[in-house]
Amino acid sequence: MADPLLSAEGISRRFGPVQVLFGVDFDVRAGEVHALIGENGAGKSTLMKILAGYLEATEGTLRFAGRPYGAGGAEDLGIVLIHQEFNLAEHLTVEENVFLGRELRRGFLLDRRAMRERAHQVLGELECPVDPAARVRDLSVSERQMVEIAKAASRDLRVLIMDEPTAVLTKSESAVLFRLIRRLKDQGVAVVYISHKLDEVKEISDRVTVLRDGHLIATQSTGDLDQDAMAQLMVGRAISDMYPPKDPPPADAPVVLSVEGVTVPGWVRDASFDLRRGEILGFAGLVGAGRTELMEGILGLRRRTAGTISRDGARVRIRNVGDATAAGIAYLTEDRKGKGLLLGKPLRENLTLLALGRFGRVLIDERAEEAALERAVRDFDIRVRDPGVPAGALSGGNQQKLLLAKTMQVEPSIVIIDEPTRGIDVGTKRQIYLFLHDLARRGIAVVVISSEMAEIIGLAHRVVVMRSGTITGILEGAAIEENEIVRHATGLKGTDRNAVVSA
Amino acid sequence: MQSSAPDTARRPSAGLDLKVYGPFLALAALILLGVLVNPVFLSPGNIINVLTRTAFIGIIAVGMTFVITTGNIDLSVGSMAAFAAGVAIVAMNALAGPLGSGWAVVLAGVAVALAFSLAAGFLNGILVTKGRIEAFIVTLGTMGIFRSLVTYLADGGTLTLDSTIRATYRPVYYGGLFGISYPILLFFAVAAVGALIMYRTPFGRYCAAIGSNEDVARYSAIKVDRVKLLAFVFQGLCVALAVIVYVPRLGSASATTGLLWELEAIAAVIIGGTMLKGGHGRVWGTVAGAVILTLIDNILNLTGAISVYLNGAIQGVIIIVAVLLQRSGASRR
Repeated sequence: MADPLLSAEGISRRFGPVQVLFGVDFDVRAGEVHALIGENGAGKSTLMKILAGYLEATEGTLRFAGRPYGAGGAEDLGIVLIHQEFNLAEHLTVEENVFLGRELRRGFLLDRRAMRERAHQVLGELECPVDPAARVRDLSVSERQMVEIAKAASRDLRVLIMDEPTAVLTKSESAVLFRLIRRLKDQGVAVVYISHKLDEVKEISDRVTVLRDGHLIATQSTGDLDQDAMAQLMVGRAISDMYPPKDPPPADAPVVLSVEGVTVPGWVRDASFDLRRGEILGFAGLVGAGRTELMEGILGLRRRTAGTISRDGARVRIRNVGDATAAGIAYLTEDRKGKGLLLGKPLRENLTLLALGRFGRVLIDERAEEAALERAVRDFDIRVRDPGVPAGALSGGNQQKLLLAKTMQVEPSIVIIDEPTRGIDVGTKRQIYLFLHDLARRGIAVVVISSEMAEIIGLAHRVVVMRSGTITGILEGAAIEENEIVRHATGLKGTDRNAVVSA
Repeated sequence: MQSSAPDTARRPSAGLDLKVYGPFLALAALILLGVLVNPVFLSPGNIINVLTRTAFIGIIAVGMTFVITTGNIDLSVGSMAAFAAGVAIVAMNALAGPLGSGWAVVLAGVAVALAFSLAAGFLNGILVTKGRIEAFIVTLGTMGIFRSLVTYLADGGTLTLDSTIRATYRPVYYGGLFGISYPILLFFAVAAVGALIMYRTPFGRYCAAIGSNEDVARYSAIKVDRVKLLAFVFQGLCVALAVIVYVPRLGSASATTGLLWELEAIAAVIIGGTMLKGGHGRVWGTVAGAVILTLIDNILNLTGAISVYLNGAIQGVIIIVAVLLQRSGASRR
C-alpha cells in the first residue's frame, strides 16, 4: 500500500478553554478518496481547516509526502479546500476567476489569450461544459462548483478537500461531480470528502474516517462498512428507526388549508392542493420544480397572479407574512442563514422576532423573552453553553432548532417547513422528525418540502409531486415509494392535474 | 437523546466590550485631557456652553441613528433643517399681523417647522421604500432641493425673524431650568426617548433586524417598508426639534444654515459605535459621539497649542480610529 501523501498525527485543537479535537490521526494517499464523516460539531470542519492551513493545530504534526509543513505552506504544496460557500468573484468571467490573483502576463499587460487557452484546456480536461467567457453570476451552483475545482486544478493540485460539495446539487449534478472526482483521482490527486450523505460516501470513497465529539472513532475501508454501520459509528448507537411510525389523520379530518389554482409567474402554474388537520403533506420534486416558490407565493412572499387560498373553508387574503401569521400559517425557509435567522444577533432576539407583538405592544417584556428562550432551549434541545452568543455561532442543527422554535412562537395551526434537515446531522434530523410527527399528532397540519426522498417517504401521509411548476400527482398510501415519486418528478407519469394516485 | 455536541462558541467578551464602551472611554479621556489642559474646562459655564452647542447635532444624530440602523442614510438633514428654519421664520413674520408677537406666533412657527420636517422625512422615506431608490441617492437629491429652496426663499441672503417675535422666542435657546439650558434638556429628553425606542420597543428591534438582514425581516412578518418610512419620519421629527431650539439662537436662516450638519450627525453616529451598514444602533453611543465632536473644538479653543483650523483634521482622525477599533473588536473572534 502506498505511503500517504498527506498525513496528520495527533492533531488537537483548542479554542480558548474549549477543546474541539483530541489527538486525531488522519491521512490520505495519492489517488484515493477519503471520506470524513461525523455529526455537526464533531470537529470535521476544524480538522479540514487545519489540513488546508486555515487554522493552526494546537498540537500535532502535519506531513506532506513525509515532510512536515506549517499552516502557511499548505497552498504552495497544492492543498486546496473548497468551501460550501464559493470563493468566486461573481461579476468576473470564468477564466478571470480561474486565474484570479495569479494572472498570466506579458510585460505589464494581461495575456488574455494564453489565459483563455489554459482555462479551456483545464475545463476540457475536467470535461466540464462551462464557457470560459461566461460570467460567474450567470452560472448555476453546480457550474460554479466546477469552476472552483477548475481553479484548483489549474494549479498544481495535489490534495483536494471538499466540504459537503453535494449539499447544493441535484442528483444529476452530483453524478457529474462524482465523475470529476474520479478523474482527479485517476490523475493521482488525493481527495478528502466531507458529507452527511452516507449513500454518496459509500459510492465515492475508498476509506472512511469517523469523528465523534472531536475524537477519532474509526478509519476503515469503505467496502467493510454499510451505511447503517457508518451512521452507528457517527452517533455511537444504532439508528433502528429514523422515522416514527406514521399516524395519519382520519380520512374525514377537516381541510384546514385549501389552495386553488395558484400561479406564481415564472415558477408555478395553476397549483391546487388541500391540507387536512393533523396531516403531514410532503412536497417532492427536483430542485427548481417550484415547490418553494409555490409556498412563498401562498404566503405573499412572491407575487402571485392567480389563485385563491381558504382557511377552514373561508377565503383569506394573504399579502405578506403578517397576514399569513394572522391566518395561523407559519413558514420555515430552506435558507436558514439568508432568510431565517439574524446570524449576528443573539438567540433571544431571533427567537421572538416573528412573534414580537406577543411580547409587549409598546415596550418589549424582556423577562418574558428570557422565559421563552429558556423554554425553547429546553423544548427544542438547543445546545448552547452561553445563550448570549450570536445565532451564527451555532451549528447547523442548533440553528435549525432555533428557527423551529422561532416559528412555533406564533402558535401556528399550519406549519410549512422547507428542507427541514438540510445540512444537519443524523441525530438532530431524528429529533426534527419526531417533532414534526408530534405536531401532526397534536392536530397541526404540516407541509414538508424535501429533496431527500427518504425523508418524504418516511414522514409524509400524502405526497404532492411537482415538476417544472405544475403539480403532476398527489400520492397516497402504498404509492408513496421512490419509483412512483421519481416518475412523477421527472415527467414519466401523471400530467393530469391533481390526479390522485393510490395503490 | 444524544445528538449534536453543544456549541462551543462563546461571547466575544473583549471585543464586544470595546465596541460598547469605546465611545464612553474616549469621551472620558477627552474630558481628562480637557481638565489637564485648562481648569476652566470644568467650569459650569463651559460645560453648559459645550452641551448647548452639541444639542442641534446631537438631536439630529439620534434620528440618524435609527436611519443608519435600518441600513439607510439621510444626507438631507442639514438642508432640511435650514429649509424648515427658513419656512418657519417666513411664516412667523407673516403671521405677526394677525397673531401679534407673543407665544401664539411662536407656536405657529413651531408647528410649521414640525410640519415641514415631518413632510420632508416622509418624502425621503416614501422615495426610498415605494420608489425603490437607494437612500444615498434620494437624500442626495433632496439635500440639493432643500438647500436650493431655502436659498431661493432668502433670495440669496438671510431670512431674519422679526425682532419682537425673537424677543418672545429668545428664552427657548438662552433660558433653562435649574441652570441647564432648554436645548440641553431637549437633547437628553430626545436621547432618552430614542434609547427607549431603540432598545425596548418592537420598532427599535425591527430597525436593527432590517439593517441586519432585510430578507430575514420580511420572512419574520416585519413590515419592512413601513418601519423604514417611520425611521425617516422620526429623523424628520428630530430635525424639527433641533430647528425649534436653533431658530431663537440667531433668529435667522440663510443658505449656509445647517451646512455640513449631515456629516457631523453621521460622524457622531459612527463614533458612537453604530455600524454604517446597519443592524445595530447605539443611541447613547451617538450622544457620546456628538459630545466628543464638540469637545475637540472646545479643547482646541482652550489650549491654543494647536490651531483651531485643525479641528476638522482631528475629528477626521477620530472617526477613522473609531471605525478601526470597531473592526478590530469584531474580527477578534
